Amino acid sequence: MAETTKARPRKTVRSKPGSTPDTEDARDGGETGTAVPADRSELVGYYRRMLLIRRFEERAARAYTEAKIGGYCHLNLGEEATVVGLLAALRPTDYLFTNYREHGYALAKGISPERVMAELYGRSTGVSKGWGGSMHMFDAEARLLGGYGIVGGQLPLATGAALAVSYKGGDDVVMCQMGDGTAAIGAFHESLNLAALWDLPAVFVVINNGLGMGTPVEASSAEPELYRRGAAYRMESARVDGTDVVAVFEAARTAVEHARAESRPYLLECVSPRLRGHSVVDPARYRSKEERQALLDQDPLAAFAARLERDGVLPAEDRAVIEAEVAAEVEAAAAFADQSPAPDVSTLFDYTYATPVPGELRRLPADPVFGS
Amino acid sequence: MALVTYRQALRDTLRAEMLRDENVFLMGEEIGLFEGSYKITEGLLKEFGPRRVRDTPIAEEGFVGAAIGAAMLGLRPVVEIMTINFSLLALDQIVNHAAKIYGMFGGQCSVPMVIRTPGGGGQQLGATHSQNVELFYSFIPGLKVVAPSTPAEASAMLKAAIRDDDPVLFLENLALYNTKGELPAGTSSDAGAAVAGGSGGSSTQMLIDSIEPAEIGRAAVTRPGTDITIIGYSRMAQVAAEVAETLAGEGISAEVVDLRSLRPLDRETIVESVRRTGCAVVAEDDWLTYGIGAEIAATIQEGAFDWLDAPVRRVAMAEVPLPYAKPLELAALPSADSLLTAVRATLRSTGRLAALETTRS
Ligand SMILES: Cc1ncc(C[n+]2csc(CCOP(=O)(O)OP(=O)(O)O)c2C)c(N)n1
Repeated sequence: MAETTKARPRKTVRSKPGSTPDTEDARDGGETGTAVPADRSELVGYYRRMLLIRRFEERAARAYTEAKIGGYCHLNLGEEATVVGLLAALRPTDYLFTNYREHGYALAKGISPERVMAELYGRSTGVSKGWGGSMHMFDAEARLLGGYGIVGGQLPLATGAALAVSYKGGDDVVMCQMGDGTAAIGAFHESLNLAALWDLPAVFVVINNGLGMGTPVEASSAEPELYRRGAAYRMESARVDGTDVVAVFEAARTAVEHARAESRPYLLECVSPRLRGHSVVDPARYRSKEERQALLDQDPLAAFAARLERDGVLPAEDRAVIEAEVAAEVEAAAAFADQSPAPDVSTLFDYTYATPVPGELRRLPADPVFGS
Repeated sequence: MALVTYRQALRDTLRAEMLRDENVFLMGEEIGLFEGSYKITEGLLKEFGPRRVRDTPIAEEGFVGAAIGAAMLGLRPVVEIMTINFSLLALDQIVNHAAKIYGMFGGQCSVPMVIRTPGGGGQQLGATHSQNVELFYSFIPGLKVVAPSTPAEASAMLKAAIRDDDPVLFLENLALYNTKGELPAGTSSDAGAAVAGGSGGSSTQMLIDSIEPAEIGRAAVTRPGTDITIIGYSRMAQVAAEVAETLAGEGISAEVVDLRSLRPLDRETIVESVRRTGCAVVAEDDWLTYGIGAEIAATIQEGAFDWLDAPVRRVAMAEVPLPYAKPLELAALPSADSLLTAVRATLRSTGRLAALETTRS
């Protein structure tokens, strides 16, 4: 029989190592928000952060069409509840590794919208000084240890960071975000196996938005309920409705506490559809018009706003004030990015090696190697 | 002075570095209980315990990536990959992550780690276990690639690699492990510190402690000469030394340049040597086309063309997957004989060999 904790939030499905996971689908049934009586200011804080991510991403999409942002640009639209819920469960000293869909995570980890936007604009004031762009944001102080563009590449790194924490005897936790498509890659298995084998404090989070680019999770994973893979590594795991910020927070808190207290890894799956295409330029033709409309109708941000209003937590007038504040914050971020300087070309060779060496070639295409 | 093997120099250096810095730890397949496939880590699990000598599963991508992540938080992992052939499974982590993290995050986070891995043919191990693919890594900015050829160099380079803040690929060669070389009696401050720290142990350990870390990115003129420059690294630097000795007996003065570091490459030392001697042969233990020898030849062309009296010749492995059968394998590998043939041909085309032959007769 499935063994699940009695007090589990109704929108979370958990599996314990050695047991058969519950088959209940996390996205079926039940009202949202009955899980945890979070206090009002916390709920309002969640809303504000979700809104900031939403408006930031919409602004980024616009800047992209204005050619202020180059390269790829993968947005968190529709995944705000997941992002905010997950990060609310971390201490500021806990570490985070993500994939390339990380603007929202950078904001939720406490990095200023100015520095995140400036990175998108490729400016020297950006969070990675203009060297990373959309996919490679990093901030040591916030302990965001990077966004990574190779699918699954961040998993071994996060496992190693958790090894360093445990080697040094600290009690920080390393959270590692990824998409559902990532569960098929070798690094996923190697990392979860190692983390379990070595008792590492890592929380692996799969954002199951149902698609890897245009490929449905059912077409890429033999076991599309991805949290069940935890059983293969004797790892506790759970699946949660990623459109419900409170449910995500609760599930993430359980996962993070487990990792911290037991120094054991945990696999958390957040079912969290994205509202738009894979990246800004993807029109998402693989979805029917009806599907697209249905997604917009179920917008988790709007649903959360309605719920907060209904429960008397955040009346419409107060929400309007937050809207205005967030809109101003995002405009200020775009203005800051716009006015910031591009990195100086004279710094081109500054970041190849941390310990520079005599034989290093510092040569532009037009320069000869030996004299002129 | 004391004679030690390349293997012993590596082992004692690992031990000395672990005693010196608590953040240095080892990981890899079969390095603990089994004491290393090539016994480089013999005794280290017993001495340092499983926290610092970690046996990994057979999952090169996973554990190499984990070492990178640990290095990002300030540890100094020394990873052993059983042979360079298996490093290909970790290519993504090494090339896309270890090499790029410092740059793509604007210098905010470095990756101070070492990957030790042996390569080389000559052991009848067949096509998938006898490759030297250091070229793949030498191509990548952000990585450092070193390939010392003697026990003393191996120790000095390993110290430098471990203390360096960047990812360093440390190439060994199966054929070198049992070769012997002298350790200099040094005066490094490390010696006293290690002894005071209780490293005690053998007299070779004390000599190892006194070796100064090398400067990564510097080649060495290991034998000065005037008639021709022979450039090699790892096993082929040893073969070059052997060939130079043979030539000396014939009155030919060959200069030997041991690259030691493949990235960064010390172009100045190569070019200066060739400007002195006027001709050069490059010896490499990997395939010819697009290889490291091609890069050296291009470097000479850019830096010493006007000084050249003959085209640069290259000696390399035959361009085949290495066969198992002994005569085939031997025929495919570069040797002292093949290098000697190339050197003579080069000297002949400069006219110098004829001159020397005339002087002698
Ligand atoms: C190793 C690798 N293969 C392919 C790609 C191209 N690619 C980028 S994103 C992506 C889909 C990944 O989907 P998922 O893991 O579900 O993440 P999501 O985009 O949904 O956040 C692919 C195939 C890549 N970046 N890396």
